[in-house]
Amino acid sequence: MNIVIAFLHRAILQGTPLLFGSTGEIITEKSGNLNLGIPGIMYIGAISGVIGGFFYQNSTISVNPFLAIFIPLLCSLVGSLLASLLYCFLTITLRANQNVTGLALTTFGIGFGNFFGGSLIKLSGADVPSIALTRVAKVFKTSLPFAKQLGIFGELFLNYGFMVYLAIILAVIAAFVLNKTRIGLHLRAVGENPATADAAGINVTKYRYCATCIGGMIAGLGGLYYVMDYTNGVWSNNGFGDRGWLAIALVIFAIWRPALAIPASYLFGGLYILDNYLHVSMQLQPILQMLPYVVTVVVLVLISIRKKRENQPPASLGLNYFREER
Amino acid sequence: MPEQNMQGQAEQKKRQPLFHMIKRNSLPLWHSVAIRAAAILLAFVFTGILTLLFTGKDPIRIAAIMFDGAFGNSLRTWVTFQNVAVLLCISLALTPAFKMRFWNTGGEGQVLIGCLATATCMFTLGGKLPDWLLIMIMTVAAIGAGILWGLIPAIFKARFGANETLFTLMMNYIAIQFVEFFLKVADKSGSNTVGPNLLSHGWIPALFGEKYLLNILLVAVLTVLMYIYLKYSKHGYEISVVGESENTARYIGVNVKRVILRTMALSGGICGFVGLMLVGATSHSIDTNLAGGYGFTGIMVAWLAQFNPLVMTFASLLIVFLQRGAGEVSTVAGLNQSFSDIVTGILLFFIIGCEFFIRYQLIPNREHKFFAKKQTQEEQVQ
Amino acid sequence: MNEAYALEMKGVSKHFGDIKANRNVNLTLRRGEILALLGENGSGKTTLMNMICGIYFPDEGEIYIDGKPVVIASPVDAFRYKIGMVHQHFKLVDIFTAAENIALGMQDEGKYDIREISARVKEISSRYGFDIDPDKKIYDMSVSEKQTVEIIKVLYRGADILILDEPTAVLTPQEATKLFSVVRRMRDAGKSIIIITHKLHEVLSISDRVAILRKGEYITTVNTAETTESELTELMVGKKVELNIDRSDPLTDLPRLELRHISCTGPEGLPLLRDVNLHVCSGEILGIAGIAGSGQRELLESIAGLVRLDKGEIIYHNPKTGKVCDLRDHTPVQIREMGVRLSFVPEDRLGMGLVGNMDIVDNMMLRSYRHGHGVFLDRKNPADLADRIIGDLQVATPGPHTAVRKLSGGNVQKVLVGREIAAAPIVLMTAYPVRGLDINSSYMIYRLLNEQKQKGVAVIFVGEDIDVLLALCDRVAVLCGGAVSGILDARTATKEQVGYLMTHSEGENRHA
Repeated sequence: MNIVIAFLHRAILQGTPLLFGSTGEIITEKSGNLNLGIPGIMYIGAISGVIGGFFYQNSTISVNPFLAIFIPLLCSLVGSLLASLLYCFLTITLRANQNVTGLALTTFGIGFGNFFGGSLIKLSGADVPSIALTRVAKVFKTSLPFAKQLGIFGELFLNYGFMVYLAIILAVIAAFVLNKTRIGLHLRAVGENPATADAAGINVTKYRYCATCIGGMIAGLGGLYYVMDYTNGVWSNNGFGDRGWLAIALVIFAIWRPALAIPASYLFGGLYILDNYLHVSMQLQPILQMLPYVVTVVVLVLISIRKKRENQPPASLGLNYFREER
Repeated sequence: MPEQNMQGQAEQKKRQPLFHMIKRNSLPLWHSVAIRAAAILLAFVFTGILTLLFTGKDPIRIAAIMFDGAFGNSLRTWVTFQNVAVLLCISLALTPAFKMRFWNTGGEGQVLIGCLATATCMFTLGGKLPDWLLIMIMTVAAIGAGILWGLIPAIFKARFGANETLFTLMMNYIAIQFVEFFLKVADKSGSNTVGPNLLSHGWIPALFGEKYLLNILLVAVLTVLMYIYLKYSKHGYEISVVGESENTARYIGVNVKRVILRTMALSGGICGFVGLMLVGATSHSIDTNLAGGYGFTGIMVAWLAQFNPLVMTFASLLIVFLQRGAGEVSTVAGLNQSFSDIVTGILLFFIIGCEFFIRYQLIPNREHKFFAKKQTQEEQVQ
Repeated sequence: MNEAYALEMKGVSKHFGDIKANRNVNLTLRRGEILALLGENGSGKTTLMNMICGIYFPDEGEIYIDGKPVVIASPVDAFRYKIGMVHQHFKLVDIFTAAENIALGMQDEGKYDIREISARVKEISSRYGFDIDPDKKIYDMSVSEKQTVEIIKVLYRGADILILDEPTAVLTPQEATKLFSVVRRMRDAGKSIIIITHKLHEVLSISDRVAILRKGEYITTVNTAETTESELTELMVGKKVELNIDRSDPLTDLPRLELRHISCTGPEGLPLLRDVNLHVCSGEILGIAGIAGSGQRELLESIAGLVRLDKGEIIYHNPKTGKVCDLRDHTPVQIREMGVRLSFVPEDRLGMGLVGNMDIVDNMMLRSYRHGHGVFLDRKNPADLADRIIGDLQVATPGPHTAVRKLSGGNVQKVLVGREIAAAPIVLMTAYPVRGLDINSSYMIYRLLNEQKQKGVAVIFVGEDIDVLLALCDRVAVLCGGAVSGILDARTATKEQVGYLMTHSEGENRHA
């Protein structure tokens, strides 16, 4: 029994960066932008937070819990925002191809993360052996003090750093805004049929910029969570791995619904670590790790076979809008 | 009444954009070349400043280091050209699919699955068969695996209209995990690469003792062949028609589904061939990073070269030079190797951005108050 | 000022490139009236209305609302002036419900509550007599339901001026009757309504006044009560224009192609062709007249093997073998392999007949590239053909390797028609071959078609200008709502006869 709880606990920890990433990408894709730069943005979000946290931790002896969270969070958001703005400028204003721009951003972002992760100490001239933001990370990891005493319930539901809950809250808010508010209605219209939205007086450019930037910032938080909470503030190059692409897979798996993305990301998180618990031979690990992608492909095929209209990708996904082009 | 009208006009002026955007009908070749050259130059200036900030070295010194990194000695030169060959070959493979407006983002996976097929043959059949036979089997297996990896998404696209961008993207990671699986099976020590000691048979012979030469020559031949295929063959013609307008394809009776399948088989097959050469001819080892992200970089190369194989050669050279040069700069300065990815990214952003100025024309809106103010100023000066 | 019009346009002009869509148009709309805007295809009705609702901006002229000059630079401005337009092509998001579509773009009010919107939609529906389920998805709706959604959308925004662009084009007669009663109720509620249409009996039955446009120019406005159908027809089509087209007598009366009882249905489930019987003889030009969208495209595409028929036969008489074969359910390639020499100049030149980004030579081989064995293309013959066409038809181009997209409309058409004629057809189908062309290019096309006719080719000419149809063709078949409403001898028929048949199918005759 204990092992099941431990597994579920870790699945949630593993699933959280995916949840941030997929919530961000769903918001972005709902506006019609297929941002394949999300994996890069998640790296940028992570390293920006690390840079902020690094300078803060090295500048002070006693870590103020508020600043320890606020500074990395702000840096992370600014970093992802700038990266998203770049993507928006190229695809929306300059009408560049979305796939090419996104992939270039991912190349850039992963390089950006690894470069600063690997060179930050040298560049800043700091006198530390490695980037280990243990003191800052401790604040990020703080869970409710009594969680451990509440047995299974506490372990499973309360024993997490605040960002795990933030991911859920953001996904719920995203689901609410998309389905229950006027802004969400307009955003979905922009992604489905920008010409109609335009004719209805909706500013397509504005909506696409905002959705892509907000989506990018949320995805960037996934990177921040990963370094600050999941790895205890220790940056290792390429440590984030293919989680960015998993987040994009999740968008399909959750058929563009943030609420569905919550359980789906924990499922993916579970699959990611399942091999540790199943005691399968080491050889089978990769087969288990493959599962999220395989089920995503299956979902993609199923939605295209069943052709249920509500489950299709936003109709103008990947297409740029230019009013005069009729 | 006239006053109100004036108000209306003023209101209209206020809300007009600063520039009118017009799609260009045509642009002289030299003009578009000049725009791209300017973008590349700007990217170099920008990255130069960035490098200066990080390393404190003067730009001429940086250029010298970069050149040294790419062409400093014969091994470096060979590696540079080998990388160009691999990147170019993947771009060539993706081109027919893109020309058909089929977004094959699965180059990385198609290459890796080719690598895997080659390595599997070498591992399981090595020593049991004469090398020439083994090499033939490897070739068939690698190209076949690439074709399979390309065809799976193509079938679902042609039959059900499944989104090919996302499908091919997912196939990359499935391929990576298959390679991972092979690594675990072949090397019980848990290392994340399987090297020449285990893949000791079925090495494709080196030409004149230079292990990269054969690959480079084959890719050079392939470049010409692809150019001819796209431009002079009936298949290439059908690809263009399907890509330009499915309605026209219908009008002339082209079987669109068949063209999609055939073209993706070709695309995947060439990627599989890249995998064959990577494992069988040059590295004699396999790991999940063997394609080195070139499956993705190739997408950008093919797109930015506007599907022209000859321009792709140049673009590949530019990117590889930049990557290897920037890599050397970071080594010399004791910085992280990923500096080259940042530089590549910046170059790509500039080139992607400049396409806008090739496709569209900006006409300053004379009625806008920004220009109107300028005019009055000019008048005042007069 | 107390006599201010709800809407007034003064001296409004709009051009696209060289084409003048509207020239110096004056239009007035009173409060609480239904104004019919009448004109043939391409007379500039839709362009004019698009300027009122902010999609286009006029090059010249002023627009007044309630006597005050206004600037309508965007659809948002139009909403602000309480102008709403129901476009011919519905602007709806398919996966949204009716209520969601209606709420789209609304900025006011505090909380967004879809149930409240549904309730208001229901309230509007009952006030004007619509029948609509606000929670139904658009993709589940029939065309007339979608139209209802569009109209409610406009009313929901509180529009006082409603513009309906050919609202009955997609409706059955029963649905049209229902629509008109709703429109009358809206007028009685004080709304001003502009209806674009070419159906004369509708104009007479619904409108208070009629404004007539012809070739982009404003002709006049008449009171419906004081006019007649024949007067309106004359105002709409204008005086007969003498065209100097040489017309030889038809060579034979041997049918080359026979259409027997063909019918087909569109994706919306609406019939597009209804039991069409036609034949075209060797050595004659058969004209096809009709309002745009009356089934012309489906007629030609079904012959070309691009549209699946529900029923009927397409019989081809092969002049070489004397054999007879049915082309129905065959692909374009199969039709060619059966030895049918069919050439087709489609309406959509750059989207179907040619590939815009390819040069002239490559476009020459679109239909013939499969010739010869081998895997490589033969560009020699297409290049010769391109040179010949450029020379013979005086195509203005920098050279045969210029992308056709860069050529002007007339030259694009010369390339397309030249290629189709060069295939030595037995049957030649042309859809709107002179649309957008200048006088000289048009006459060249007429000459080419006449040459083909004299060679014994069976020519089908789908046209929009009645003068041309009557001057060029031997017989004119008129389509109305997917059915043949009449076949006339072009030498004796009058313009009014054609105009009448275009707007009256048999069913509607009885109805009127």
